Amino acid sequence: MGGVLVYGYGNPGRQDDGLGPALVGMLERERIPGVVTDCNYQLQIEDAVAVSESDAVIFVDALSVGGEPFTFGELEPSNDITFTTHTMSPASVLALSHELYGRPPRAYLLAIRGYEWELVEGLSQAAAGNLEAAFRFIGPRIGEILAGIGRDAVTEGSAIRH
Amino acid sequence: MARKITIEPVTRVEGHGKVTIHLDDSNNVAQSRLHVVEFRGFERFVQGRPYWEAPVLVQRLCGICPVSHHLAAAKAMDVIVGAGTGDGLTPTGEKMRRLMHYGQMFQSHTLHFFHLASPDLLFGIDADPAIRNVIGVVLEHKDLAVQAVLMRKFGQEIIRATAGKKIHGTGAIPGGINKNLSPEERDEFLKGADPLNADKMISWAQAAVDLFKDFHSKHKDMLDNFAVFPSNHLSLVRKDGAMDLYHGVLRAVDANGKKILNDVDYQDYYNHIGEEVKNWSYMKFPYLKSIGKKDGWYTVGPLARLNTCDFIPTPLAQKEFEIYRAYTNGKPNNMSMHMHWARLIENLHAAEMIKQLLLDKDLQGKNLVTKGKKQLEGVGLLEAPRGTLFHHYKINEQDQIVMANLIVSTTNNNEPMNRAVSHVAKSVFTGKAEITEGMMNSVEVAIRAYDPCLSCATHALGRMPLEVSLYDSKGALVDSRRK
Repeated sequence: MGGVLVYGYGNPGRQDDGLGPALVGMLERERIPGVVTDCNYQLQIEDAVAVSESDAVIFVDALSVGGEPFTFGELEPSNDITFTTHTMSPASVLALSHELYGRPPRAYLLAIRGYEWELVEGLSQAAAGNLEAAFRFIGPRIGEILAGIGRDAVTEGSAIRH
Repeated sequence: MARKITIEPVTRVEGHGKVTIHLDDSNNVAQSRLHVVEFRGFERFVQGRPYWEAPVLVQRLCGICPVSHHLAAAKAMDVIVGAGTGDGLTPTGEKMRRLMHYGQMFQSHTLHFFHLASPDLLFGIDADPAIRNVIGVVLEHKDLAVQAVLMRKFGQEIIRATAGKKIHGTGAIPGGINKNLSPEERDEFLKGADPLNADKMISWAQAAVDLFKDFHSKHKDMLDNFAVFPSNHLSLVRKDGAMDLYHGVLRAVDANGKKILNDVDYQDYYNHIGEEVKNWSYMKFPYLKSIGKKDGWYTVGPLARLNTCDFIPTPLAQKEFEIYRAYTNGKPNNMSMHMHWARLIENLHAAEMIKQLLLDKDLQGKNLVTKGKKQLEGVGLLEAPRGTLFHHYKINEQDQIVMANLIVSTTNNNEPMNRAVSHVAKSVFTGKAEITEGMMNSVEVAIRAYDPCLSCATHALGRMPLEVSLYDSKGALVDSRRK
């Protein structure tokens, strides 16, 4: 597969928990060469396969505390296993990918601050603003990451528009 | 004043659970309880919405088993659109839903075994948590880990092909399904490059059962004596007594195997099952009305399903079922840790069912939806990975939902989970002055056998999943564990 995998996770039926899938939806409309998108309610063990097949991965999640309007940073594999089967952290997916396939891609976490988590479809107004800010930010970062792995993100007018 | 030990996953939105273990001044266990804060707002939220939205709306409830809620709501809406009570769909409609359901069962059971059960079974409950986890399994048993990852991936792809997408799938609609399975999709699942094909999934599912049996032969003392208590058991079964995870009649047996709910139509479930409220838990306690609140509680899920059914209608799973039932001389199995054994037999059955369905030409049929005379009330039941799932709706003449009642699998297992925690607490906490990792994990192991869904619909960063706190007789915190 190669390229950059942008993986948003969260439940769009629970307001701002859907920030990750929302950002992925915006990116999909841009159709950027070299960028593969995916989303789900949460990360799970099988995601280690797609991660291992990518040159770089950007996980996109909602953030419940701090970090307005978003935080962005590089991830290291980490074995932080939780109590249930019900979710895995991006760092643990990275660790699983590393151990299983021996090819850890560069990985980043974009965590967008959310505020409301009720049984409602759609983002809160404040979270929607944070999403816009995160989207404006992530376009150039994807370009830099693609350039770093030998792909040109801005050819033929395909770069993210702002 | 007695000391209180608290095990509490802290979440923001949906359910969260905590375990409180009350010790007396001699450090004996006086009382233990699993408290679950259940999010009940959904039943109010859905009121006023058009009935046809329900199969999609209910997926907001749970990001772990959305397919189960999707299908249970669709089954209830089948009744409302006059498509019958489970037997009125077109062959394509019903079999596509079954394929979706068994895909969900396969990926969920695989995950539970690999992620939760195998670390405890392979390394032991008292093992260093640094190795007793998924990564530890990967390091020590890489082949098993690779299999688990690809089995999950196979199940997820089945769901994607039948439900349409991973998030908020739309495959099941009132009265049927909105797509069939193309020959290309079918061939990919049947003849896909090794190992991602149905035959390999069956062989790996069989290997997982064999792995458990091998472990069991070496650790009978632990698996046969951990959290054992008599229970009633409830599940759907096919009308001829076969295991059927998608549709059937409600059957319950007592701890000795006597039928106490004899194959009743689940449209009348409320005549047979009540829900008790207790002041210390937000989650209700279902019970069989014919037995009463005190003794009418029951277990659901893999253990219950293998206790209620007469046979499993696929050959490899049936062979394993016979071995499993022979172990208890045909009597119901009340050993909590055998839930893992039962779950793996079901997983093998799910893999066999997936292949059986893929070979059925009805999946390429064009007749997808049945409609009839509209009804104002409908009940949809199925066997979700964690147990029996009830969806009950009433609508008005304007097609708006005016009542919804959901009994989820974890609610059905409320009392047995409490009993399991109580048994373990008395076993490992009695006479102890502090919490060790092994003690804490023993309680977790008892709960995890039931694979409860305590906090799943949202997951945003910032959540802390589990905490153990120990208070002295004056209420001061003297010990705390967090994971």
